Amino acid sequence: MSGAATGPLTGSGARLRRGAVSLQSISKSFGAQNVLKQISLDIASGEFLTILGPSGCGKSTLLRIIAGLETQDWGTVSIDGQVVDHLRPAARIIAMVFQSYALYPHLSVLDNISMPLRLSRLNMLQRLPGARYLHPGTRRAEGEIKEAARAVAGILRIEELLARKPRQLSGGQKQRVALGRAMVREPRVFLMDEPLSNLDAELRVHMRAEIAQLHRRLATTFIYVTHDQAEAMTMSDRIVVMMEGTALQVAPPKEIYENPNDLSVARFVGSPAINVLPGTIESDGSIDVLGARLRLRTTLPAGARVDIAARPHVLSATAHTDAPTVTGRVVHVENLGADIFVHVGVEGAPAPVVMRHDPALALTPSLGDQLTMVLPPARVLVFDDRGRRVSASSDASVEQHAHV
Amino acid sequence: MSRDASQPVTGVAGVPSRRHGHRAVAAVLAGPALVLIVLFLIGPLACVALLSLTDYQLGAATLNYVGGKNYAEMFSDRVFQKSLTNTLLYVAITVPGSVLLGLGAALLIEADRGLRTFYRAIYFLPVMATLIAMSIVWEFMLHPQFGIVNQLVKALGLSRIDWLQNQSVVLFTLCGIGIWQSLGFNMVLFMAGLTSIPKDLYEAAAVDGANSAIDRFRLVTWPMLGPVTLFVVVITAIRSFQVFDTVQVLTKGGPNKASEVLLYTMYSEGFEFFRSGYASAVTVVFLVFVLALSALKVFVLDKRVHYA
Repeated sequence: MSGAATGPLTGSGARLRRGAVSLQSISKSFGAQNVLKQISLDIASGEFLTILGPSGCGKSTLLRIIAGLETQDWGTVSIDGQVVDHLRPAARIIAMVFQSYALYPHLSVLDNISMPLRLSRLNMLQRLPGARYLHPGTRRAEGEIKEAARAVAGILRIEELLARKPRQLSGGQKQRVALGRAMVREPRVFLMDEPLSNLDAELRVHMRAEIAQLHRRLATTFIYVTHDQAEAMTMSDRIVVMMEGTALQVAPPKEIYENPNDLSVARFVGSPAINVLPGTIESDGSIDVLGARLRLRTTLPAGARVDIAARPHVLSATAHTDAPTVTGRVVHVENLGADIFVHVGVEGAPAPVVMRHDPALALTPSLGDQLTMVLPPARVLVFDDRGRRVSASSDASVEQHAHV
Repeated sequence: MSRDASQPVTGVAGVPSRRHGHRAVAAVLAGPALVLIVLFLIGPLACVALLSLTDYQLGAATLNYVGGKNYAEMFSDRVFQKSLTNTLLYVAITVPGSVLLGLGAALLIEADRGLRTFYRAIYFLPVMATLIAMSIVWEFMLHPQFGIVNQLVKALGLSRIDWLQNQSVVLFTLCGIGIWQSLGFNMVLFMAGLTSIPKDLYEAAAVDGANSAIDRFRLVTWPMLGPVTLFVVVITAIRSFQVFDTVQVLTKGGPNKASEVLLYTMYSEGFEFFRSGYASAVTVVFLVFVLALSALKVFVLDKRVHYA
């Protein structure tokens, strides 16, 4: 630990670049269950990386392995080039924010925030009650610790809560205290395990912005675990999508959304969910989707079964007949004000196809209407029968051939 | 139920009689418990308090009001003074002994889950066993010549101790048996308290740098056990004030009143000398201690140890 002079207030510019985390083939199983399968990941210094996945996918276990609260069966964790597998959590100079906040209920907010510094700067004798009255050095050190804790409380705007006990705080305030306790020892890496999931919806949106701001201000590495795609999409530099112990894709949010490399990723990210329609590769290489013919070229052989995925906003209603279309009857209309989502029951589709409709357009489809939607070939995603993304390019020759 | 009754009654019906209806239901539902409490708790207590102001003798046809005479006699009585001091000393030794050892046993058993149920059963056995019967077993074990305790003492090369007949030892012997008896109960309560501590807190402590067992204990275990500890201390104290079985079986208050305790004084005055009035006065003193302990728990300490 450096002295009190380098508080969180010193700003990000002067700080050494640190907090690069590297995971090499991390594996972990609980009994017969493989929770993590060969996860390798490089997290840059100062990056905001989100581990996104459904519950039980192993994302929390991975975070706990980085923290040192859990031991991996295989693989190494290094921070700033140094292998930390043998180090205790505290010695890794990381901080963790827990879903339950895990504040010490018998200590005031000030004491909660001070605790990491008390534990690292004072020895066991100095921490005994009353030690400050007997030993001037302890008194001075405690003064510095309180100063640092107050500075952190200032950043989080919780100075007026310092004397309170955790039970007297609201969920959002507890959240801030937990962040303060994490910040105070200037960790190399912040680890956050679903920190917002105990807050109500409105506060969650607010804290999302605050955490993102905090990240910009501290310029420290954040590793953030969540099952909420909105949190992942709004805060992260990069997202790791995890499913069943495997990291399916590591990419910036935009890339994850627009260019998923796996059908599970495509399905998990985006709301409403992406539309998935069954298709078959025709003998001429084009793809047949419920009667619509997409002139796309893939590497798959004729007859192969594929899944075609299209986000609700790439579909549009049309009377134009040249383009490939699917037709069905409107079964449900969701008007969200800025968007209208039209659910269309298409024969052969496993679920109603959801199309975004711009409320600015004159005609809003209503229940029971017959609706024809364009599947723009350039904007649909093709996945093979194992859910892997298949590159597909519009092919002029196929188009020529079809028009003959 | 009484909450419902106190809430303003509104609605379509708006009949004020509904409130009366609630009150009647409340009275009917609370009635039986109230009657029982008065009949079996408050009534007898009041009787004892009144009796302590009389010269009533067990079986006598008449009784006279004597005011504070019983109390005056009691506080000047050497036997009662000895009895009170002995009881307080017994509580002062047994409570910390059985609470700390119970906590220690609980921590050790929870630290390693292997054989957990086995150890828990072993430590809990004395609680399940009838203390009268166990006292007889102890009598054998503490026999000055042939008892296993003195055999052990001898094997260690020390001189034998007359555990129950030596005036300066006997009370501590009883304390030892008291600790042995209540340790298991406290241990089970502490084990329940330990399992209810959120694991997150230990993990937060590990991340914050609480590396040693002492740090973790001071930062998490001990504060989180606060409510359980308070309960255990108060319960053990009340039970220690009630020490009787071992005294009755092993020492009868002797030798030379060295193990005379409050309940034994009460018993011998009331049922051996038939001085019910005087025994009632002793009972009142005993009750004052127990009530004071309960009041201390409810009004002072509860506020300091409950965080959630």
